[in-house]
Amino acid sequence: MSVVALTPDYEKHIEFRDLESNFHGNRVVYLHWEQHLSFCSAIAFPLPPSMPFGAFVEAIVKPHYNAHPDFEKIDWAQVVWMIDDEKRTPEMEKSLDENGVKHKSLVRFWTPGLSGYKGSAS
Amino acid sequence: MTAKKLGLKQRYAHMTRGLDWETSYQPMDKVFPYDTFEGIKIKDWSAWEDPFRLTMDAYWKFQAEKERKLYAVIDAFAQNNGQTGVTDGRYANVLKLFLTGISPEEYQAHRGFAYAGRHLRGVGPRVAAQMQSLDELRHIQTQIHTISHYNKYFDGLAEFPHMHDRVWYLSVPKSFFDDARSAGPFEFMIAIGFAFEYVLTNLLFVPFMSGAAYNGDMSTVTFGFSAQSDESRHMTLGIEVIKFLLEQHPDNLPIVQKWVDKWFWRGHRVLGLVAMMMDYMLPKPVMSWKEAWEIYFTEAGGALFQDLARYGLRPPKYADIATAEAEHISHQNWAIFYQYTHAAAFHTWLPDAKHMDWLSEKYPNTFDKYYRPRFEMWGQMAKEGKRFYNMALPQLCQTCQIPMGYTEPGDPTTICFRKTQFRGETYHFCSDGCKDIFEAEPEKFAQAWLPVHQIFQGNCGGATIPDVLNYYRMNVGADNMDYVGSPDEKLWNEWQADKIRTAV
Repeated sequence: MSVVALTPDYEKHIEFRDLESNFHGNRVVYLHWEQHLSFCSAIAFPLPPSMPFGAFVEAIVKPHYNAHPDFEKIDWAQVVWMIDDEKRTPEMEKSLDENGVKHKSLVRFWTPGLSGYKGSAS
Repeated sequence: MTAKKLGLKQRYAHMTRGLDWETSYQPMDKVFPYDTFEGIKIKDWSAWEDPFRLTMDAYWKFQAEKERKLYAVIDAFAQNNGQTGVTDGRYANVLKLFLTGISPEEYQAHRGFAYAGRHLRGVGPRVAAQMQSLDELRHIQTQIHTISHYNKYFDGLAEFPHMHDRVWYLSVPKSFFDDARSAGPFEFMIAIGFAFEYVLTNLLFVPFMSGAAYNGDMSTVTFGFSAQSDESRHMTLGIEVIKFLLEQHPDNLPIVQKWVDKWFWRGHRVLGLVAMMMDYMLPKPVMSWKEAWEIYFTEAGGALFQDLARYGLRPPKYADIATAEAEHISHQNWAIFYQYTHAAAFHTWLPDAKHMDWLSEKYPNTFDKYYRPRFEMWGQMAKEGKRFYNMALPQLCQTCQIPMGYTEPGDPTTICFRKTQFRGETYHFCSDGCKDIFEAEPEKFAQAWLPVHQIFQGNCGGATIPDVLNYYRMNVGADNMDYVGSPDEKLWNEWQADKIRTAV
């Protein structure tokens, strides 16, 4: 145990607050559009692991980023995806889980040719 | 024969020392069960020096006098409708941030010093900690009394204690103090007494109080002055505690260094809220955050750590990163609140052209390149009737609990993502500083109450934004959203119109 605690049995009393089992069948997924920092940080969603990746793109990714002027210009076939630390081509009909999206995974994506308002990464 | 009057030093000795005793019914370690487990070794408690030598009777008299003066100023301010004379209605938002984000921490500091005062077995630090505990209680009281006058006119102030325990961004200062208060008494003294009250305090109080002075808020200036003499005593306590621990035993050095590193970084993250206040919220700015950081941390802190080098203590880890971040954090934080204005209990706005020019001048390396385009884009969108909001919840840092909006050191176009594993779970961080803090005590930080995750788990009133705002007791349409169009703005404009009519 690395924490210096008053009670020797501190570890027995740890309350892990964000276990997957606390999210009622969902898992937390983080999403971030690179080079578009008008969206100040990655955004978080509780999602069913069985959700197809294609549905994730349509129901989650698109509606949450469509306010940006670059959104219209995205060529979705060219988008580069990264799930956790690995660049991948997600299989759209397969689930988040099958595509390697675990609890608290981070999904980042790059849109080649688009680097924010006037190229400022905003 | 008349009794001779005691000198200050004798008087202090009589009123503080020798009042305790070696217990015999119970071993001392059972009476003071908390002052050994952290590993700090104290050979001689009597070596504690208190340069102020303040005794309780003198404390009482002195504070009563200061408070009489303060309340006279507050009364005069209220009778003269001082709230109508500040620079702009936007200024009230600075007070909202202070009352919701800082005043409750005065109370937390009061509780923490009461705990340290009870659990350190040396009488010198105990007396000093007790007095600071009383100071902190007086501070929150005078702050509430001062700001309650604004609460009669402006929104967003009424539910501050309730909000402190629930609202997403207030979990940042709350978790900072919860962390300190759930540590041992020595760590608390280093965290709050040294790192916060000594190293970083000028970055908290000077900006708020000079900001108040520059913007015509004399009542807040007065509570600042009233607190100032206490603050200098707190700083003395902070420096005394670190010297005392380092002089007592060489084994204390690595423990103290670890705490200095941790609490410097945690304090730096909390102060990001002050950075944003200074650079964006003061209608009439005093100085930029970057300038304040240079004066109060780089110069003053640099001299302090040079002085402490003789004990083997080095400057806090990541001080260089924090200094580099002084170019960015105020802009990044204001951008966070601008896009989450619907969930904030104070108003936001875009900097106007004149203010952006001021920011360009103060931040020649970064503002025009990275942040001006962001604000101009949002200004354009607002003009087209498409005011920009972020309609999802942000990813939060497991340690500081701030949305993960900070960028890579050296690359302001890419978010800094850090993560680690603990017992099969992934944890995310905004920086190496926050990651290191977690990894030193994962058992503690794995238990963090992260507002976004709590909302998802159904613990914050419901699944929709209105449910959550109701749980926060936010008065939707009054407390939150942009200043332009708010009831605050309407009232302010009426006051200005009245002044013009009266003048005519």
